Amino acid sequence: MLSYILRRILAAIPVMGVVALFVFLLLRITPGDPAAIIAGDMATPEQLERIRASLGLNQPITVQFFTWIGQLLSGDLGTSLISQTPVTTLIGQRLEPTLSLALVAITLSILIAVPAGVMAAWRHGGFIDNLVMSGSVLGFSIPVFVIGYMLIQLFAIDLGLFPVQGFRSIFSGIGPFAERIVLPAFTLSTIYIALIARMTRASMLDVLGEDYIRTARAKGLTERLVLFRHALRNAAVPILTVIGTGFAFMISGVVVTESVFNLPGLGRLTVDAILARDYPVIQGLILLTSFIYVAVNLLIDLSYAFLDPRIRY
Amino acid sequence: MALFNASRSTLSGAIRAGAAAAALLMALQNGLAAAPKTITAVMHSGVRVLDPVITTAHITRNHGYMIYDTLLAIDEKFQPQPQMASWAVSDDGLTYTFTLRDGLKFHDGAPVTAEDCVASLKRWAQRDGGGQMMMGSVASLEATDAKTINLKLKEKFSLVLDLLAKPSAIPTFIMPKRIAETPADKAISEHIGSGPFKFVAAEYQPGVKVVYEKNTDYVPRSEPPSATSGGKVVKVDRVEWITMPDAQTTVNAINNGEIDYIEQAPWDLLPLVTSNKDLNVVTLNKLGQQTMGRMNWLYPPFDNPKIRRAALLALNQKDVLAALVGNPEYYKVCGSMYGCGTPLATDVGSKTLTGDGDVEGAKALLKEAGYDGTPVTLLQATDVTTLTAQPIVAAQLLRKAGFTVDMQPMDWQTLVGRRASQKPPAEGGWNLFFTNWVIPEVWNPVVNPMLNGRGKTGGWFGWPEDAKLDAMRAEFVKVATPEERKAIAARIQEHALEVVNYVPLGQYDVPGVWNKKLTGLLFSPVPVFWNAEIKD
Repeated sequence: MLSYILRRILAAIPVMGVVALFVFLLLRITPGDPAAIIAGDMATPEQLERIRASLGLNQPITVQFFTWIGQLLSGDLGTSLISQTPVTTLIGQRLEPTLSLALVAITLSILIAVPAGVMAAWRHGGFIDNLVMSGSVLGFSIPVFVIGYMLIQLFAIDLGLFPVQGFRSIFSGIGPFAERIVLPAFTLSTIYIALIARMTRASMLDVLGEDYIRTARAKGLTERLVLFRHALRNAAVPILTVIGTGFAFMISGVVVTESVFNLPGLGRLTVDAILARDYPVIQGLILLTSFIYVAVNLLIDLSYAFLDPRIRY
Repeated sequence: MALFNASRSTLSGAIRAGAAAAALLMALQNGLAAAPKTITAVMHSGVRVLDPVITTAHITRNHGYMIYDTLLAIDEKFQPQPQMASWAVSDDGLTYTFTLRDGLKFHDGAPVTAEDCVASLKRWAQRDGGGQMMMGSVASLEATDAKTINLKLKEKFSLVLDLLAKPSAIPTFIMPKRIAETPADKAISEHIGSGPFKFVAAEYQPGVKVVYEKNTDYVPRSEPPSATSGGKVVKVDRVEWITMPDAQTTVNAINNGEIDYIEQAPWDLLPLVTSNKDLNVVTLNKLGQQTMGRMNWLYPPFDNPKIRRAALLALNQKDVLAALVGNPEYYKVCGSMYGCGTPLATDVGSKTLTGDGDVEGAKALLKEAGYDGTPVTLLQATDVTTLTAQPIVAAQLLRKAGFTVDMQPMDWQTLVGRRASQKPPAEGGWNLFFTNWVIPEVWNPVVNPMLNGRGKTGGWFGWPEDAKLDAMRAEFVKVATPEERKAIAARIQEHALEVVNYVPLGQYDVPGVWNKKLTGLLFSPVPVFWNAEIKD
């Protein structure tokens, strides 16, 4: 197992290297000029050239690339061209809102979707199944921002139960944190509830026809034990894959939810950096995202072994 | 041992009692202490660049007004007034002596000296277009003692005070000399001013939040506040600027009492705030903004003055403004390149623009010019709400007159990069784009960035080479009386519209919205927070 983990971590290094190279080159051929963005509307060509020089953007691309790689190898993601703030600081400032949103949203998704999917499979073709399937179609179909605005109108403006927007750190108290994270997390989770519920239902339907389920029932086990101990555990591998990739996607930034609820997360940082052609920030964020995907995939693969004793690395 | 134990017991008892008393005291204090008076404001954009000299971004200029003071300032009638310094001018008009007032202190506690001001003015003049022009006429700028700045001119330059007092795009923010000596093309890394608010670095999140706290050492002037001049009396403890990327969320937040102030409310969402009796909806920047189109003089078809003129005839302000703003309460046709409501406003040469255009005249002129159908590469910004309508309307009007238009949609930052390209349109260049200005940035021929004829090296995007225009500008800075200035400004406009330096497409206002518990906001071309009070 340990050697497998090491092999996977080592294999991630060239992946990250290729990502770094591609991101760097793609950004340099994308139209746009950070110097023009910094200088504003009134700059003359001469002034722009001088600002480019002060940012090091007039150096050959190879020099810029190796300078950046050198910084990366020493653990430095560089400094924002626009705000002159270290990229690690910018990411650090934005990580907590995104991480909080993703964790609460994925927890909500699991707590609602897995039982719903199990119940739908258990009562396949019945009222509960139809209800869950209709709900999941709705969850997929309604755009996130519409759900966000509807929840704000109802729970924040009409009922006054939650603030409209903003984020408070969990370290400033669980109350202020919770009242600002509930609505965005629920908004974000709708599509994942739909996805995970469908996946759970489909996997459970496969499993519920197996001989060992019939055996378990024949032993006289309660339906709850049959469903959740025997069936769900065997159906869990694809469900876990969906949950894992969904979580990685959320961590890499969910700009619509962040914008509607004014959460200063990584999604907004990414969009702002792209619009401002803030190369070091974009590069840092994409590397972080790649790393998260690699790590989550590794964790998913490892979790298979715990769920299914037949899988060994 | 017993003694030791007894002592320890006594000691720990004393500590416990002390701690309990301290806790009680602190609890009482916390209960009794008033929460800091804070204004929570949503500005038009997030602060990302903190150096108000390297950039002309309005949000950075606004940030500058919070933490820096300016040498001079303007009043509500746009006249220069003393701010950090008063002035005297020699009889021949060639020597200006500025004297710093008492009590000026930087946020790090150091006194503001004339040397700090000289270094700041020199840095400002490297980046500001008007400042550059002024420095061309300056023989020397030096500190003669700790409080006196001496500016000697080689030749007459009547706009010295106007330029030092102007509120936009780069005002004369004064910084400590060690910071002001940073090259003008490199962003400063320390943010220490002598203004009425202090920047709270620990709470700064670029693009998300910037916090200012009251500078308790600031000594305001005794005069009442007027635009950017007069007494900057701070009546709150903190001002927090937060960025909200979604306009609907911003409106929801102010309706729900979560924020106190919106600098610029989108026109289409105004019904949601005007119906709330707890909110004020008022335009604080009475001058508003000018929208305009600029052609590239380097390449066909707009290298031909007749074709530029045909394009101008094809366009009209009413159609553009109706599409851009919609609500006539917030826009007006304005034939002045210097903005309407300004001292130099004139409508000379703009009859077709302020009327319905002259499509037939445009067609005739295109025919006379031998227009061969060369497409007009029109850059369209799709992500800035105040810039999306102009290209669409203009493209339609140009097509109606017989132009072939190749409209290229892109995000604003791509456009900003592309408009700097002097390559042919087919190789990544362009023919026409649109942008907006706050009126103080265009209100005279010296600060107006478009009105210079220095071509490819010193001109603004579009790069007109126009010796006649430059000669008239040189004449403008030498005359002294308002009447003479106005006469030359009118001649400059007449010429600029004749050769189509740029196309002014009208003026619009963006109202601010604030909760009625917030009072004392000032009418000013830039949003300022001194004089503002907030009730609990």
